[in-house]
Amino acid sequence: MNIGLFIPCYVDQFYPGAAIATLQLLEKLGVNVKYPKNQTCCGQPMANSGYEHLNGDCNELFIKNFEQFDYVVAPSGSCVLHVKEHLHSSKHPQEASVISNKVYELSSFLTDVLKVESLPAKFPHKVGVHQSCHGQRGLHLSQMSELVADPFSKPGTLLNMVEGIEIVPLNRIDECCGFGGTFCVAEEAVSAKMGQDRVADHLIHGAEYITGVDMSCLMHMEGILHRRGSKVKVLHLAEILNAG
Amino acid sequence: MTERDKILAAIRANQPVLSPLPEIKFNKVDDDSITDKFIKTLTTIGGKVVCASKNDDIFTYISSVTITDQRILNMTDLADLKSLQSDTALPHSLQNVELAVIKGHFGVAENGAIWVTEELIGERVLPFISQNLVVVLNVNDLVDNMHEAYEKIDHAGYSFGTFIAGPSKTADIEQSLVVGAHGARSMTVFLIE
Amino acid sequence: MQNVTKNHAELATEFNKDEERVDWHDETLWWVRQKRDKAAHQLPEWEYLRDTASKIKENVLSNLSGYLQQFEENAEKNGVIVHWAADAAAHNKIVVDLLTANGITKMVKSKSMLTEECHLNEYMENNGLEVIDSDLGERIVQLAKEPPSHIVLPCIHKKKEEIGDLFHVHLGTPEGNADPQLLTEAARQHLRDTFLTRRAALTGVNFAVAETGEFVICTNEGNADMGAHLADIHIASMGIEKIIPERKHLGVFLRLLTRSATGQPITTYSSHFRRPRSGKKIHLIIVDNGRSKQLGREDFRNSLKCIRCGACMNTCPVYRRSGGHSYHSAIAGPIGSILTPNLDMEKYSDLPFASTLCGSCSNVCPVKIDIHQQLYKWRQVIVKNGYTPKSKTVAMKMMSFTLSSPSAYHAGGKVGRWVLKYAPFAINNKLNPWYKQRDMPQPPNASFGEWYAKNRKE
Repeated sequence: MNIGLFIPCYVDQFYPGAAIATLQLLEKLGVNVKYPKNQTCCGQPMANSGYEHLNGDCNELFIKNFEQFDYVVAPSGSCVLHVKEHLHSSKHPQEASVISNKVYELSSFLTDVLKVESLPAKFPHKVGVHQSCHGQRGLHLSQMSELVADPFSKPGTLLNMVEGIEIVPLNRIDECCGFGGTFCVAEEAVSAKMGQDRVADHLIHGAEYITGVDMSCLMHMEGILHRRGSKVKVLHLAEILNAG
Repeated sequence: MTERDKILAAIRANQPVLSPLPEIKFNKVDDDSITDKFIKTLTTIGGKVVCASKNDDIFTYISSVTITDQRILNMTDLADLKSLQSDTALPHSLQNVELAVIKGHFGVAENGAIWVTEELIGERVLPFISQNLVVVLNVNDLVDNMHEAYEKIDHAGYSFGTFIAGPSKTADIEQSLVVGAHGARSMTVFLIE
Repeated sequence: MQNVTKNHAELATEFNKDEERVDWHDETLWWVRQKRDKAAHQLPEWEYLRDTASKIKENVLSNLSGYLQQFEENAEKNGVIVHWAADAAAHNKIVVDLLTANGITKMVKSKSMLTEECHLNEYMENNGLEVIDSDLGERIVQLAKEPPSHIVLPCIHKKKEEIGDLFHVHLGTPEGNADPQLLTEAARQHLRDTFLTRRAALTGVNFAVAETGEFVICTNEGNADMGAHLADIHIASMGIEKIIPERKHLGVFLRLLTRSATGQPITTYSSHFRRPRSGKKIHLIIVDNGRSKQLGREDFRNSLKCIRCGACMNTCPVYRRSGGHSYHSAIAGPIGSILTPNLDMEKYSDLPFASTLCGSCSNVCPVKIDIHQQLYKWRQVIVKNGYTPKSKTVAMKMMSFTLSSPSAYHAGGKVGRWVLKYAPFAINNKLNPWYKQRDMPQPPNASFGEWYAKNRKE
């Protein structure tokens, strides 16, 4: 099984730790992972701003980088959702649609494809889990509080395999953090307020770490935590699953 | 082309290809549990339910909640209440009605609503304008949910009908629930065994 | 391109100056969302109902012209007088002409978002006619000379003390008294007199049944019925999309509507108007006002399935923290953001961007409108039509160029990285909106790409 590791641009540039943990975790689980070095970005920043039509070359590059793999795995729900929903190509429509079907967010790749049942991880801390909207409502990584349906959580299942971890409850289990791509600056006031409220929910429940499947949400919350001088840290899910 | 024809032509030009109408599937519930469910639901939304075995109970209740010179209207054919007036000539004249006693066709357990049509109330405004409302309902006339309710209404030819579920209410001020907005301040249902 | 009014971000910034109020607004609406969840979870068949409702509306939209004609025919058979209005102006004119022809100068009106959309009150006042809104929340915002901020909870942005002050001035309630019970009672007395003296009443329409020609109005207060049953003329205004095929379909929609809106199992009153009272008149105005155009927009036509429950507003984390008025349109929140660009793309070009695309709106929608997907699609349409600032377009083109070219992306060391140039969060100064309330991430010594090249030899 050949895995193409897709590392979102901001993770590559700002959170290499999350990317390294993803790579090491997959290697630990015995799969053959390769990181195509010419990758850049999925194009979501343009598309969510209304400029999907500028993404032609970006999409071609993505297809070129990832078409040869059996699966494409990324430590991001948001970027994976974007590829699934919006990777189009007039030159290579077939390849684009194949990639859309074989691209996986990390936690669902572990639970659905590798069918991981145990992990050699240890993380004796109180952790708050942030449900990133695109992972949750877009990729259905966990059940959504709005629906009348049985609960489940793919990231939660994996975290429960980690020794010593204590997941803290939250008042609002799946409220958006307010990052929202360019929303975070275009709607600065609301975005910051949403982030502050989300962080506060984790803090009052005693979280020492906030984790999730999307570094973008975590980066937003980290910015708020840091500004408040809080000692609480953010970690990508992969970093906890790879810990110990 | 008239305005009507222009609008219809624009709609016709823009509507998508015909998509089928789905069937409505639902489970029928027809046991004693719906009586309890009805009582519980209506009570939760601010109504009051009295299980009565005979009409005397209604009469006693009415005497207990009204004083001598208050205007009471009876729209039912209950013998004990015959002495009460049922004249509703001008709707505006109903503004001083303290209590109206009406019959309901049937109640809905899932939401506590009672189906009432014009012939049961005389003037349409009566159950709304009256300060308090009493509805007399046979305990056998209950259905579980709204699908069954419309099955029961079927193709009835009423001119006006309404589901009434509890007293008039509002939560427009800071979401605090206040009973008695514009309609009746209370709704008491007599479930007749 | 000139923006005359302030955009959503600017209005939201103003709203956020009072954090305590934002918290209160957010908590109040979240409470309504929780009531909705509780009500929905009591019905195991909830998702089936949503699916069925969505499919019924799908069918309605695909045969809308047929159903409207069927409805018209049956309504006329029932003695209802049917009018057609292509736009807001035509609608308002019909209302005023009806009143004038009958020598009526004062009208009572129950909640109708359509008349808000048409700015009927303003038009009537300009024509020397008086209109009094009878829904408590609507009356409050009318006295405050404000538009409603929510389609179901019109004055949800107002604190009870502000309402107390307003009622003290207009209705003579005791100064400083903000007891909701007392204020509601004052409105009851004041509006009862209005109901008794108005010869014309206007109401909205929740559902119009093609099969029977009847229409249904849902209220908790009983104000629509009080108005309609005491007036000589009942005018009912409905958008073309309010049609449902058969009476039995009401069962589906009435089960969903109020549970979604407020968490109640049903509104206190669900009144079915089929024929006018003896000797009285019902005039029904069927209004298009851009709806037929929206019907032709394949990506956006599903927005016409909306039954105006407001659930998407209550769940929207942006709406809760920016307030209804920040949407500067008759219908606020997520549903407003996909409906209004159809009416005026330039004026409302900001609204599809007033969202994080979190998707909660689509999940609570009782007719399963893909609201957040439509927000995304409106963004594309708005950009293609040129309703975005030039500077944004230039930045996006630069970004697109960089991201399409591995060498441009990798060019330069740590400080030359594209993210530091283009990412909105990357610049550590006060001019950067990111930095105002958030710190930027610490740039690492090496990117993952650089680490990988060093640590995983081919």
